Amino acid sequence: MKKNYDIVVVGGGPGGSMAALHASKGGASVCLLEKTRDIGYPVRCGEAMGEHAIKQFFPPKSTWIAADIKRSRIVAPNGVAIDIPFKKEQAYVLNRRVFDYDLSLMASKEGASVFTKSYVKSIQKNHDSSYDVHLDFLGEHKVITTKIIIGADGIESRVGRWAGIKTQVNMRDMESCIQYSVGNIEIDANRIDMYVGDNWAPGGYLWVFPKGDGTANIGLGIGAKYNKKKSAKKYLDEFIDKKYPNATIHTTMCGGVPCSKPMSKPISNNIMLVGDAAHFINPITGGGIAAAMKSGMFAGQVASESIIAKDYSELFLNKYINLCKKDFTNRHEKIYKVKETIQKLTDEEMSQMAIKINKLPTHKITLSRVFATAIMKKPSLIIDVMKMFAGF
Amino acid sequence: MINIKEYRCDFCTACVTVCPPDCIEVREASIEIDNEICIDCDLCIYVCPIEVLSSDEKKL
Repeated sequence: MKKNYDIVVVGGGPGGSMAALHASKGGASVCLLEKTRDIGYPVRCGEAMGEHAIKQFFPPKSTWIAADIKRSRIVAPNGVAIDIPFKKEQAYVLNRRVFDYDLSLMASKEGASVFTKSYVKSIQKNHDSSYDVHLDFLGEHKVITTKIIIGADGIESRVGRWAGIKTQVNMRDMESCIQYSVGNIEIDANRIDMYVGDNWAPGGYLWVFPKGDGTANIGLGIGAKYNKKKSAKKYLDEFIDKKYPNATIHTTMCGGVPCSKPMSKPISNNIMLVGDAAHFINPITGGGIAAAMKSGMFAGQVASESIIAKDYSELFLNKYINLCKKDFTNRHEKIYKVKETIQKLTDEEMSQMAIKINKLPTHKITLSRVFATAIMKKPSLIIDVMKMFAGF
Repeated sequence: MINIKEYRCDFCTACVTVCPPDCIEVREASIEIDNEICIDCDLCIYVCPIEVLSSDEKKL
């Protein structure tokens, strides 16, 4: 570990690795710091990702993919299942452990230095517009002096807080999530299932994502206000007992997912936040891998440009925000509006809708139609929704 | 005063995300709450998916 790097990336998830990769590619000296002992572990993710979402970065490696997803099923509160075949593209359930690890290897191949067991304790601004990063590396206090800090440190983003960026999430938008990796179940290996309704997951949804060979990620997110009365764990245990009583649980993982609007200004002088740290999460699905990778890529590019320009100011880094806006944050803003409408639906309304949709001929059932039906009460949103899900 | 069942904790940082005074520190396998700074708002208790946290009042 050197004492000086142009750029320090805090966090070794997909966002951090992409940032390190692209900053290195741009010619900067880069150091990636991961607090845990393993890059890629623990996994806190349902691990599903669209085909295009991943192919826009890399051709997917077979070792990254646990299951090919060809169709999805949404189960309404009354038990009516809507089956939606994917037409234009498929999706994947990933092995995030392998995937994240490989991304960090790619970053190191571009020249980034990668360190695990590196816990950042604080950051301190120097007079010459550089920053000192104080960290605990294998129990020893180290100081790295750097020009740009990229916070890829997840939902709690301490880097963001230290930089004075408001990172705290409103409870209204916070989802309490829990997931089990289960074995010993019989499921369609190419279909993801989503259960909606107050019975299974109030203010959120429950997912069953197959991972091949009778295994799956089964998890749920519930609105934090519901979690107060009955915990996410209790909801999940009830579902498993009822639907997959023979399932064996091999991993338990928890997490909070901010299904909020994307942060409007995830930058400050010398600082950029990417991925979950910037609340770059699809507010309906809670998915964030692609947005983390995209924002990481943009942040890495802009960071290396700022090193060349010797300008680390907020004004220069603003380019990063504009790149994100064009690519996905504007879309996330719209999805947030749709979420607000969908959230108002009662179980009864959702059940009636499922019956209505199922009367359509199979080839006419698409995800966009499901959402369009869901927001019929506010027709002006339909066009946005159709655009949003045009990829499916 | 927030009580922590540390053996139950997954160190997922959901609590850190909602904490207004930023008094919770979660590392790879540890969680600490600075009770000097804590304002007893209980938001961390509400958000925790696996009931790691509880407040003193609930014990009474």
